[in-house]
Amino acid sequence: MRLQYPPTVRIIEVPCTGKVDINHLLLAFEQGADGVMVVGCLEGDCHYRVGNLHAKKRVKRTKEILDKVGVGGERLAMFNLSSAMGGRFAEIVQEMTQKILELGPSPVRMAMGKAA
Amino acid sequence: MIKAVGKPLEEVIGMVENFRKILVAGCDGCVTVCEAGGLKEAKTLASALRLYFTQAGKAAQVDETSLTRQCEPEYLAQLRDNIDGYDAVVSMACGCGVQFLAEMYDKKIVFPGVDTCFMGVNEERGLFTERCQACGRCILAETGGICPIARCSKRMLNGPCGGSEKGKCEVSSEIPCGWELIYQRLKTLGQLDRFENPVEPKDWTTSRDGGVRKIVREDLRI
Repeated sequence: MRLQYPPTVRIIEVPCTGKVDINHLLLAFEQGADGVMVVGCLEGDCHYRVGNLHAKKRVKRTKEILDKVGVGGERLAMFNLSSAMGGRFAEIVQEMTQKILELGPSPVRMAMGKAA
Repeated sequence: MIKAVGKPLEEVIGMVENFRKILVAGCDGCVTVCEAGGLKEAKTLASALRLYFTQAGKAAQVDETSLTRQCEPEYLAQLRDNIDGYDAVVSMACGCGVQFLAEMYDKKIVFPGVDTCFMGVNEERGLFTERCQACGRCILAETGGICPIARCSKRMLNGPCGGSEKGKCEVSSEIPCGWELIYQRLKTLGQLDRFENPVEPKDWTTSRDGGVRKIVREDLRI
């Protein structure tokens, strides 16, 4: 579709968001990610039935953990769209980028930068 | 099996925040089944602690591992080679495992990472309910396979009590009346005559009421 969106996102493909584990999300933040997007199919349309619902619960739990450890749960977000919705994908990347720019760099990345 | 739930993260942070080398030790036994303290949960806790320490500007090393079980000396010995490298251990095992680990490595500070709750079953994933209170003298043969000690709030032996209403316990409408369940089961089994013979008061000496318990199996010991 040749849509433009910010080059701020590194895309990691999974067969279903149900494959994404809490530990994967936390690892991304440990490695300095400023934000993480979990992008799954529309609810009810999961090819594996409820994979995206599992992801929803795991994202909620991870957000709680991130709040408690001082990173901030707002740096993690889940979006639901179909793989045919290219325009919406560009939109959510733009939204997330804007939100993360407002939040600033991850405190973990800042601390790692100082230590290095 | 033993059912446990992970301690609130803020509580664990409070326990370990002044230590700099921490080992999170999971257990592949009961706490893995109820997804509270297995390897996956140990990794989650270790990761959360690393994030906490890093953003707080505190240099700390947090590693994770999981033992086959923590209620067995041979398995606890798996830690022998590297436990000296840590100031503190957070054990995600049930209360038994935490204590046994602390007993074996008695100079090490050991913290519990989960709250051990009860002996129960998995009704479905994420729904665990209490079934046994380890009274030491099982009477399930007499109550259609439903335990009045664990499932009746008052542990009555000749229930139900006057508080049983519409099949629910007076303590909470979410708790089924244990004796209602027993009645329905005995009816299905055609054993309602059990109610014609009230049982004598229970001998509680085999329960925790009788003091700290021990089993000695001479046939197993050399």
